[in-house]
Formats: sequence, structure tokens, C-alpha cells
Amino acid sequence: MQATICQTAANPSLFSAESFVGLIFLVTIGLIFAGALIATTSKRLVRCIAGLALCFTGVAGVYYFLLSPFIAMMQMLIYVGAVSILIAFAIMMATPEEDDIPGNQITRFAGPLGFALASLIFAALSLLGLKTEWQVFPKTGAGDMQAMGTALLTTHSMVFELISFVLLMAIIGALVLARRGRN
Amino acid sequence: MDTSIWRPILYLIGFMAFAGLNAAYLGWCERKGAARIQRRTGPMEVGFQGLLQPLADGLKLMSKQLLVPDGVDGILYRAAPILAMIPALTSMAVIPFAGNVQARAVELSVLLLFALASIGMMAVLLGGWASGNKYSLIAAARSVSQNLAYEIPMLVTVITIVMLTGSMNLEDIVLHQQGGFWNWNIFPLVNHSIAQAIIMPVSFIIFFICSVAETNRAPFDMAEAESELIAGHMTEYGSMGFGLFMMGEYLNMVVGACLITILFLGGWDCPFGLFPGVWWFLIKIYILLFTVIWIRWTYPRTQIYKLLNLSWKILIPFSLANLLMTAAFIKIF
Repeated sequence: MQATICQTAANPSLFSAESFVGLIFLVTIGLIFAGALIATTSKRLVRCIAGLALCFTGVAGVYYFLLSPFIAMMQMLIYVGAVSILIAFAIMMATPEEDDIPGNQITRFAGPLGFALASLIFAALSLLGLKTEWQVFPKTGAGDMQAMGTALLTTHSMVFELISFVLLMAIIGALVLARRGRN
Repeated sequence: MDTSIWRPILYLIGFMAFAGLNAAYLGWCERKGAARIQRRTGPMEVGFQGLLQPLADGLKLMSKQLLVPDGVDGILYRAAPILAMIPALTSMAVIPFAGNVQARAVELSVLLLFALASIGMMAVLLGGWASGNKYSLIAAARSVSQNLAYEIPMLVTVITIVMLTGSMNLEDIVLHQQGGFWNWNIFPLVNHSIAQAIIMPVSFIIFFICSVAETNRAPFDMAEAESELIAGHMTEYGSMGFGLFMMGEYLNMVVGACLITILFLGGWDCPFGLFPGVWWFLIKIYILLFTVIWIRWTYPRTQIYKLLNLSWKILIPFSLANLLMTAAFIKIF
């Protein structure tokens, strides 16, 4: 199945399997953009979360097209299933219904200024991407779970341990903050 | 390639038909079972023993107007019931009902099922919030805290099975248990050590409790607790909006039963000949579903705090200990 995704005929017909796959790819890209737009422009915070979840789903689709189904599914499980839901949960607990934030001097210029900056960054990055001579590294592993697990516990064991240490710190920090709020 | 595209599509059409019939007749079984346990007769009027009652109910639900009440969030209110169905329907695609009877063979099917199960929560959350009703909002908050709590022991328990099998493919997990019912993961006496035989039933019980809680069934149905929250996240829904939520719930029950069957009860493996494997698979999942219904009408609903304590203070430590012991036994023996 994975091999068929990357095989593209030179001139595929509209109703072939290749164009069907291409259509699905466009749908995932569309999901990312639509989700990002909803997440940034919506006034209701819960709608923003729904947009964020949509965007994460699209990113998972892109991971799948990059031939790493494991990462795609972890993206669904962690970002859509846990992160967005936790954010939504926090919002529902904190604010019942948010009103419009009154605009002030900064927010009036924020839109055009932000747009200008964003387009500048986009132009610079795309220029950089087009001008750079990309080095193609040889594929090191099959990208399956077994290889990933072995690599994490041997070659990259230091990083692995550091990440678990950071997570432990975060858990203890959350516990300390929650304890302080209780009194 | 051509046929392999049509195979999942045809399967999905079949599963959609199955979703409707399954919701209708599991609902009938539930009403009949409840009636039997409470010394009533249940639906009797429409058809023999009320067998046509679900069809009449379905017609009624479909002919009702789709009302969108004032003050709801229109888009999310309409999207939530659809979102309740999508994960349940999609996860049917990777379940192997028998050798080669499967819409799509996916290498990481266990992971895919859990990824889909975790989005199912989104429907309750968004539906409850979009209804703009305090009961629904409380239901959404309860359901999310419950699902997050029970997902952890469930995933940790699945890791023990994945470690024993060495694969995340549901088909491989079933093939690993073939050759007589004593090889099933629930009692692996022959292939493994005695110590594992003691802990595997513990994993089974943890997984069973978690799957009942994940599908929001009594005694864990805190989200729709009708005596406290009317119908929770479904309060503002009528006609097929409600119908889709119910279909999603029953289909989720089926997916949960399929997972338990595959992970612990040997999938399509026959204890003794008689029928082909598919029938054994269906018999196993419907026995599990009957058990879930039986539990619902036998035990009263718990409180939300007790429910969360059960997960965080009992099931999670037990499942972590279970994981450590399994890893140790695999290394030692």
C-alpha cells in the first residue's frame, strides 16, 4: 500500500488510482489550511480548538504521505486525541462565554502589520528553500517501530533520557502549582 | 490496485448497513434484557416479541424534523453527531473478522484503533459545548475527564499484549493465539510461564473495565446520567442527530467487544470445530455485548469522583505494575 502511494505515472488519467491519491493529498492540505484559518480567526475559543484539531488531522495525513504511518497515528493519538481535548477542557473549565475583547491602539495596526511580517517571512523562507542546494541523505532505516525503538534506546538514549527528565520536571511543577492553589 | 480500492469502499457500505441494523437490534436486546432483569416483558406490540419495534423507532426518528434550537453553536452542533459516527465506522475497516476477512490489512492496526477511539471523545465534547445548555456542558466535562482517565490504563494494558506478541497487527495477535483455547491470551498456560497465567486475567479485567468506561456504558455512563443530567450531551438533540449518537455508541460497543475478542479471546479461533471462524468471532463479540448490557441493568451508577478514583488510584497503578511484571517475565523466561 505504501509503495503505491509514491509511485506516480508520468501522465495519470483523472480516474486512476494515482489521481485519487493526489485528490486525498489535496484534501489533507486543505484540512491544514482550513483548520489553521478557523483556529486563528474564530472568535469563539471552542471553535478555535476544533480548527486546531482539524489542522492536526491534516498534519497527520501529511505524515502518512511521507511514508511514516506510525508518526501519523501518534499525531492523531497525542495531538488530536489528547492535546486539543485537554486545551478544550481547560477552556470550558475557565471561561463560560467570552465576549469581544475591546480593541485598542495596538490591535488596530496588528492585522496589516502581522500580514506584512508574515508575507516577508514567507517570501524569505521560500527564497531560501529554492536557492539552497539540498543535500539528500541516504535512507538509514525502514522507519518502522522496531528500528525507531532500537535507535531511541541505543544511539539517541541520551536525548531520550533528557526528554523523560523534562517531562518529570513538568509533572512535578504542575503538582507544586496545583498544591499551592488549593490553600 | 483497482480491486483494492473498491474493497474498503464496499466494506464501508456494508459496515454502514451493519451500523444501522446493529444499533436497532442491540437496542432491542437492551430493552428486552432490561425488561427480563426487571421482571417486565419489554416491547411486545410491534411484531412477534416486539421484533419490528426497532424498525418503527428508526422510521420515527428519520421522519422527525431536524431542529436546531436557539442559542446553540450551529456548525459544531451539526458536526458533533457526524463526528460520533466517523471514528467508529472507520475503525471497523481494520478489524479482522476471520483470516483474510478484513477491509484493509494495516500493519499498525492496534495503534490506528486507539487513535480513532481518542477522537470519538471530541464528539461528546463539541456536542455538549455547542448545545449551550448547562447539563450538556457538565456532561461534556465529565465525559472528557473520564475518557482521559481510562485511556491510560487501557493503553498500558494493550502494551503488555503487544510485548507478548511482538506486533501491532491485529491479525498477528490472533495468529499468535491459535491452536486451542488454552493458547488464548486470557489464559496462556502452555506457551508462557505460570506467573504470566496469573497476571493475564488481571490485564483482561482491567481492559474490560476500561472499555466499558470508554464507551460510556453503565455503571460508568456519567455523561448521560439521566437522573442527574437528563441525557447529558444528547439533551438538545432530536431525530437523527440523536439517532447518530446512539448508533455511534452501539457501534463503539461493538468495536470494543471486537478488540477484547482479538486481544484476549483468540479472535476467530474456534474452541472446537462446529462453525467456521467468522461465526465464532461473532458469537464471542455478542456474548461480550450481552455481558455489557447485563452489567448495565445489574449495577447502579457510580459517582464521578469514585469513578475517577477507580482509574487514577487503582487501575493505573495496577496496569503499570502489570506492565513491569510482564516485561520482567518476558526477559527472565
